[in-house]
Amino acid sequence: MKDVKLVAAFAENKPGQVSHFTKILANANINIRWLAVASTGPYGVMKFLVSEPELACQAFKREGLIAKLVDALAIEVPDQPGRLHAVADCLASHNINLDNASGFIANNRAFLVIEVSDHAPARDVLQKQGFSILAQKELPL
Amino acid sequence: MLNLQNKPVPVRGSIPCRGHSAGQTARFRDQAIETMDRAALERLQLQRLQETVRRVAAHVPFYQQKFAEWGVKPGEIRSLADLHRLPFTTSADLRANYPTGLLAVPFDDALRLHTSSGTTGKPKTLFFTRQDVDNAAELCARSFVATGVTRQDVFQNMMTYGMFTGALVTHYGAEKVGCLVIPAGPGNSERQLMLMQDFRTTFLHVTPSYALYLATFMEEHGIDPRRDLALRKAFVGAEPYTEETRRKIEAGLGLDVYNSYGLSEMNGPGVAFECEHKRGMHLWEDHFIAEIVDPQTGEPVREGEVGELVMTTLCREAMPLLRYRTRDITSLLTTPCPCGRTHRRLNRIAGRSDDMLIVRGVNIYPQQIERVLMAEPGVGRNYQIALAGLDEMTIKVELAQAGFEAKVEQLMKLQNHLAEKLRAEILVKPRVQLLPPCSLPVSDGKAKRVIDNRNL
Repeated sequence: MKDVKLVAAFAENKPGQVSHFTKILANANINIRWLAVASTGPYGVMKFLVSEPELACQAFKREGLIAKLVDALAIEVPDQPGRLHAVADCLASHNINLDNASGFIANNRAFLVIEVSDHAPARDVLQKQGFSILAQKELPL
Repeated sequence: MLNLQNKPVPVRGSIPCRGHSAGQTARFRDQAIETMDRAALERLQLQRLQETVRRVAAHVPFYQQKFAEWGVKPGEIRSLADLHRLPFTTSADLRANYPTGLLAVPFDDALRLHTSSGTTGKPKTLFFTRQDVDNAAELCARSFVATGVTRQDVFQNMMTYGMFTGALVTHYGAEKVGCLVIPAGPGNSERQLMLMQDFRTTFLHVTPSYALYLATFMEEHGIDPRRDLALRKAFVGAEPYTEETRRKIEAGLGLDVYNSYGLSEMNGPGVAFECEHKRGMHLWEDHFIAEIVDPQTGEPVREGEVGELVMTTLCREAMPLLRYRTRDITSLLTTPCPCGRTHRRLNRIAGRSDDMLIVRGVNIYPQQIERVLMAEPGVGRNYQIALAGLDEMTIKVELAQAGFEAKVEQLMKLQNHLAEKLRAEILVKPRVQLLPPCSLPVSDGKAKRVIDNRNL
């Protein structure tokens, strides 16, 4: 399965939270590739793309935090204009909702990380369109 | 060494497993007394009540004065119906008579001193003679046996040892049954777990808040109590809790929870305990007379109705107490219990008349809030009621792993859902705040559920 797992954690929306979470990962010697924070009112959800998601999730839980693994898709794209649009367009044409999209560059390669409403169909349609979907271990982490 | 891995722990070679063979369970500690017919039991109560009244009238100046005020003479108590002519004793009376004012025996005959927990200012002192210590232990032993405990059991006692009656009285009771007693005290969960693993603990005495905390602790450390431990029962008390909390503790620790009731003023634990049928707590009526009264007027309520529990000691030597106002709100069950015991049963404590909150003119018991929260799988086991400003109520509750879907919108939805369900129960809409687990304090003894910082 060409999926990646993000580690999502429950946080309060207050100063010092990112620092608290990243310290736990640092102590567990886990490398963070990408981080997204969503917040509404008093609550936040942090999502991390890391080298070892299971270990990171356990590390959070050991510290008494609420954490779970969520599915995402990582797509390697040429680092040029229009690539996110191509992905979004492909999903839109199949009526798949894009919940969250972001990207990063590593070793001169560009990656998109997306979360969608219908995970498996999204992966299939993107693969059919020729997009390069990566497994966790294929990411430069 | 502490074993926190997911593997069964071998029983150490030198420690024999105190196994349970089928058919050995004694159902009664003292069958003649426990199944005594009501008429005989009431005769025994009257005889002991008259003796108690005579003794306090002879030896306790506080009661001499009260009898004068209430216009009652010891010889006028001729039937149990005369009970209501006797004066009440309140916790304020106990404080006012600190330290030895209510002693009915010479100071040299007192064998042990306990104090009552959870209050401010001077404590309430409770004295025990040798016979009182033995009686208190005997009632606990009865209660343990009523749930099937035998001498083969291993008892890990997680109550606070010290001035508080909770730990010592059950400790002596379990020794009477012949159990191995581990005086662990509360806290230090890693050590608790090590003791449970190494000595194959079979039953616990624990507060509901610490039991819930332990369940979380085990879950976080990958311990499945059903697979990895030998736990079978827990006697849970010292704080009121709901049926929902019982179920959470039973699920989390993989054991049967028996509700227990006691208060230091009445020896501590062992006053009333559930039998194996878990249908209310048998109150040992050969040692106590229980009444239910209207907390405002002090008048008895109709049979089966809810009110304040009032208790009179019948066998206490050092410090007999007449019609003690417990402040606990409950009712008495008079229907027969399948176990055959004739002693009436106390319903779950609905609250303390002291704990009742008045928020925006509405009477609220913290247990109502607990009942709503504990029925909700998305929230954890600890909560706090914070009152501030002008009657603003915030319910702080810890999120559970099961309640997290990695979406902020869902957290807001859960918050609003809880606020709505609470409003339906308590008629006041509180603010709800979801918190990460373990962010609310868990005390070793009793949880502090209400923080009242109102400027009223």
